Amino acid sequence: MSETLSNGHLDSLLRGQSRLPSSARGWLDALRADALEQANALSVPTTRDEEWRYTDLSPLYQKSFLPAPSAGTVAAQALDACLLPEAGCRLVFVDGHYAPRLSSACADPALGVTSFSDALAGQDPTLQANLARHAPLGADTFVAVNTAWLQDGVQVRVHAGRTAAAPIQVLCLSTRPDVVAYPRLLVVAEADSGCTLVEDYVALHGGEYLTNAVTEVALADGARVRHVRVQRESTSGFHIGTCGVRIGRGAHYLSSAVALGARISRFNLNIVQAAEGAESTLDGLALIGGRQLADMHSLLDHRYAHGRSRQLFKSVVDDEAHAVFNGKIFVHHGAQRTDSSQQSRSLLLSPRARVDSKPQLEIFADDVKCAHGAAVGQLEAEQVFYLKSRGLDEAGARNLLTFAFAAEIVHRIPLPSLAAQLERIVLQQTQKQTSDRNRP
Amino acid sequence: MTTKTILEVRDLSASINGVPILKGMDMTINAGEVHAIMGPNGSGKSTFAKVLAGHPAYEVTGGSVLLRGQDLFAMPAEERARAGVFLGFQYPIEVPGVTNSAFLRLAYNTVQGARGRDELDPLEFDDFVQEKLALLEMDPAFLDRSVNEGFSGGEKKRNEILQMAVLEPMLAILDEVDSGLDIDALRIVASGVNRLRTADNAILLVTHYQRLLDHIVPDYVHVMDGGRVLRTGSKDLALELESRGYDWVAKEKAGVAA
Ligand SMILES: Nc1ncnc2c1ncn2[C@@H]1O[C@H](COP(=O)(O)OP(=O)(O)OP(=O)(O)O)[C@@H](O)[C@H]1O
Ligand SMILES: [Mg+2]
Repeated sequence: MSETLSNGHLDSLLRGQSRLPSSARGWLDALRADALEQANALSVPTTRDEEWRYTDLSPLYQKSFLPAPSAGTVAAQALDACLLPEAGCRLVFVDGHYAPRLSSACADPALGVTSFSDALAGQDPTLQANLARHAPLGADTFVAVNTAWLQDGVQVRVHAGRTAAAPIQVLCLSTRPDVVAYPRLLVVAEADSGCTLVEDYVALHGGEYLTNAVTEVALADGARVRHVRVQRESTSGFHIGTCGVRIGRGAHYLSSAVALGARISRFNLNIVQAAEGAESTLDGLALIGGRQLADMHSLLDHRYAHGRSRQLFKSVVDDEAHAVFNGKIFVHHGAQRTDSSQQSRSLLLSPRARVDSKPQLEIFADDVKCAHGAAVGQLEAEQVFYLKSRGLDEAGARNLLTFAFAAEIVHRIPLPSLAAQLERIVLQQTQKQTSDRNRP
Repeated sequence: MTTKTILEVRDLSASINGVPILKGMDMTINAGEVHAIMGPNGSGKSTFAKVLAGHPAYEVTGGSVLLRGQDLFAMPAEERARAGVFLGFQYPIEVPGVTNSAFLRLAYNTVQGARGRDELDPLEFDDFVQEKLALLEMDPAFLDRSVNEGFSGGEKKRNEILQMAVLEPMLAILDEVDSGLDIDALRIVASGVNRLRTADNAILLVTHYQRLLDHIVPDYVHVMDGGRVLRTGSKDLALELESRGYDWVAKEKAGVAA
């Protein structure tokens, strides 16, 4: 990977930046200008960067993608196929553009859903108080580029003391190749509020493109947010996502992140437990084959006492695919009585499949419980025999065990229709895997 | 009346990792019979059971086994199960993430399909399995749990017999089904097994204790040691073993051979 190539990619991403729409408020222009400066100062990551050791983006850097000037058209049928019946309110992004006409009006009195442009026009200070605060520009080139390119996004407020009656579906559709999309979402859950949010990335074509998504979630004291993220991009696509979360006193953030698609995907889940008694429960599942690479980086920052965190990341890796999991946990000096656990488990279905799993614990408090473990393995021969002794054939036994491994994560997803869809995908994938294996 | 032979084992030898364990087993089991295998620890009882069920770790190095006249070793493990061989494991395996009910139904329908019989849909199967649960006085809550996961030793054994009840095998090989069962559970499981007996099936019990044989009365008792059957007798042989131990069997065998 040469410097010139990667910087060439960055140049191409930043090209045309002057076409940024000017906003109603100066602060947003200033933020974007900052982000642009930051992006120019940084270079794109290579495998020489510790944070990107296992994830080689050079196939991405060989492409040059441009933002779509406008949202592509989406057939009603294609859209319907992506909708979750449980969702009360849906927000649709097409090729990175928020598409209010494809989105549904949100009647739930617990929720205030506004596009950034409408929020800027009104008097609501929420956007300015939160945007780029939970996913700071920091040293992350992709967050900086997303922010520099920020056009219209969506802000979801969950009003204090209220709980959304139904899940909110955020659907990010890619309709055409050679495009880079920058979806941006801000969720502010006010004190003692609650909601379930589903972020779903879907491609309506099989071409090459890049999704560079940033989501920020702020949980005020006592809030509870369930966040499901399903990345099912085209297997030729690239996906880089960051979710920055801030958890207030006694608030609880629950996340399920599922990676099925993309040739190369990276998801950064950065969580700050910013007050006493904050809690997070994080599930992850990567189900990949072919030559896919799925990288999940979590960062849990325990800053105050009595925090809890639970992480369980699983991957099912077939063919020559490669799964990466990196779980960093900080426990600050004052974060006594932190109770934190992190488990990663991987199932390798082919001799050429690969997993790199790395826990990184930095603990500066003395009265804490931190458990972590990583296991990589094949299916248990004794389990396979047990199932065969009950009449299941080799393929059926292996499918069932693989399915069960992944289903643990899928079954905890609180939307039955989505869980059922994912269950079918897991089944198809496991069946495909056996039919491949049995091919001479 | 012609007796139907279910299993015919002739001079069977088998090894694991190149170590010979079975060294010339012989046994004939007819329909309607109950056979018991007893013998000291390490004598090869579980090995024999697992070789019959088709465990891949064992290599058959000699002899033959016919199941209803068919070469058993020509069939992979799942075909043996479909043909009616059932192994109740000495140490049942945990399968996290697979519910007992889903597993039982999948196994039942697979085996039924292979036997040319109708499969049951989830509702029909539920009625069917409730009957079997009642037979073993099992709490229906076990259906919703993952197969054997976190089950106590006795619960695992009872769950094995539930699977047997569902699969209705022609030859049930029950490896130490009594170990881990409390006194009441032993009685319940044994009476469940007895109720599953017909004139067309057979049971091979592996056990160390007479108390199981008080409930499930064997027609034949075989004493195994060193990978072979040293002696075969009636149910009285088990009583004799209970009072005299195993030593005399080997000595008598040596005496006869000398
Ligand atoms: N992988 C192995 N390598 C060598 N020897 C083995 C291996 N596995 C099992 N054995 C041996 O095979 C012998 C027979 O074991 P098996 O489990 O069949 O005994 P068993 O009669 O069922 O005993 P128990 O009454 O304790 O259940 C034992 O001596 C055991 O140590
Ligand atoms: Mg044994």
